[in-house]
Amino acid sequence: MKELLEGRVWCLGDELDTDQLIAGKYLTIIDPQELKKHVLENVDPRFSREARPGDILIGGENFGCGSSREHAPQALKAVGLAAVVANSFARIFYRNSINIGLPAIEVPGVRSLFRPEDIARIDLPGGRIQNVTTGEETRFPPLPDHILGILRAGGLVEKVRQELRGASTSPREGLA
Amino acid sequence: MSTRSLADAAHETNTEAPSHGQTLAQKILARVSGVDAPVPGQIVEGAVDLAMGHEQAAQAVLPFHQMEAPRIWDPSRVVIAIDHWVPASTEGAAKLHQILRHFAAEEGITNFYDVGRHGICHQVLAEDGWVVPGDLCVGTDSHTNMLGAMGAFAVGIGPTEFAAVLATGRIWLKVPPTIRVEVEGTLGKGVYAKDLILRIIREVRCDGARYKAVEFQGPTISRLSMSERFTLCNMTTEMGAKAGMVAPDATTREFLQPIAKHPMHPLTPDADASYERTISLDVDGMEPQVACPYSPDNVRPMSEIVKEHVKVNQVFLGSCTNSRMDDLRIAARIFRGEKVHPGVRFIVSPASTAIYRQCLKEGLVDLFTEGGAVFTNSSCSACFGGNMGILAPDEACASSSNRNFPGRMGAKEARIYLMSPAAVALTAIRGEISDPREVLP
Repeated sequence: MKELLEGRVWCLGDELDTDQLIAGKYLTIIDPQELKKHVLENVDPRFSREARPGDILIGGENFGCGSSREHAPQALKAVGLAAVVANSFARIFYRNSINIGLPAIEVPGVRSLFRPEDIARIDLPGGRIQNVTTGEETRFPPLPDHILGILRAGGLVEKVRQELRGASTSPREGLA
Repeated sequence: MSTRSLADAAHETNTEAPSHGQTLAQKILARVSGVDAPVPGQIVEGAVDLAMGHEQAAQAVLPFHQMEAPRIWDPSRVVIAIDHWVPASTEGAAKLHQILRHFAAEEGITNFYDVGRHGICHQVLAEDGWVVPGDLCVGTDSHTNMLGAMGAFAVGIGPTEFAAVLATGRIWLKVPPTIRVEVEGTLGKGVYAKDLILRIIREVRCDGARYKAVEFQGPTISRLSMSERFTLCNMTTEMGAKAGMVAPDATTREFLQPIAKHPMHPLTPDADASYERTISLDVDGMEPQVACPYSPDNVRPMSEIVKEHVKVNQVFLGSCTNSRMDDLRIAARIFRGEKVHPGVRFIVSPASTAIYRQCLKEGLVDLFTEGGAVFTNSSCSACFGGNMGILAPDEACASSSNRNFPGRMGAKEARIYLMSPAAVALTAIRGEISDPREVLP
């Protein structure tokens, strides 16, 4: 996982829910490359065509509320986003993002610091996000070790795999 | 009886002194994690009592294999219940079902609610006693919160997390602070648990319970049936809650005694438990509520909506929130002998096959279809906009379901109004959003 991120931002509003991220009619699609064609299509049709790997999404309050569908962060990850940053996240979206290795970073008030096309620079372990375009900067509480551990492993799959492998060769006290 | 007006009825207290008592969420997480007195904010790891997967669990199969776990942790504690596309309506859905059938056969998961035994996942879990007081239950659907009505901690997760639970039988959780919702008074004529939860969501808003647990308490809650408690806990999801719950009592025991699949641990909150916030609500005189487009917290009293003569194109009586026997009987009482308004489509979808069959026995299928409704097999049906009952742009729908975000049931412009089954039934007859109090004796 890259811990210093820099990328062009896309801005979204408050209460951006999972139906708007990826609509119910696409939920039988498993292939993330196929899913990404439909991500945010009712909100900003340019996004799936023009977002580039390394871009950063900036959301408002309660980002990703609604359904448990992992399709939502999967589609964003398939686009190549470096991170999703929001004032606040809905809990299942947040966990799903971390679990698939997509950094989700909660920064209260971050939405008002950015306009579309600005450049964001994020220091993940240091807990700092800067708008390179305007020079404004704000801090956020660094991610807890538990969550950083999942991201550093590349997601929950790799973390559990390593733990299960460790468990079969040495005694352990349970998963961290 | 209280004389407070509704405007004053919902008030809150933020000033409770800290205490050592434990909330229901803390008690359950202590039991499943072995941590003596977990405090809000603490991360604990709990042993899962029941893991439920629906179609989304098909996406857990690949990550499960990538985790290289030899077997799933305990097939007897895993239930698969397909419900979104039943029977499969697209090739994509058919493939999801196929992946799950193969996986279940390989891993020895015999608790598989396949086509013919099917129902909405939360409903079949409830009907067959898969979740009992004190349980930690996880499910691949956001409305898993519904099972908290059993006095359990029931939480929605995504498929990668589900794979990890299948591999290890465990899940890490941050111990949530709890919002207490204390309800007194009597629900009046034409006013139901759905109206109560919409009223509460209006107060808490869509994100007011993010990362938090919600505990329902008070004399009104004690008198509610299990079905009504399911409706309440179900829509705690629409406040962002991690879990919604009602402490187990005689009603819970009576419901579960004959069907419980494993031993109960009937935990209750301490009298001096520390709540982050208490919302007190007196429902005497409360009127039916409607959640208007485009958010479940855009809730307004029915009397205001009725004045606006909101015409609808479709009416949906279904979903895990409100399509149990009591819901269908209430709607039937209003719809008996009536006809669907010209130009309106009325879709009735029972929550489970057991409920479908009971409707046949009681003549409800006849009653609804004679009046021009479509009575479908049990599934999530029109609720999620991916299978049937899709809305066109510029259409409006009155629905007993739980979400009305843009595009939820089809076109992004379509307007969805959430309300009780009784209100839905009268709206089907009149073609515009209507107040069930007008026709109930």
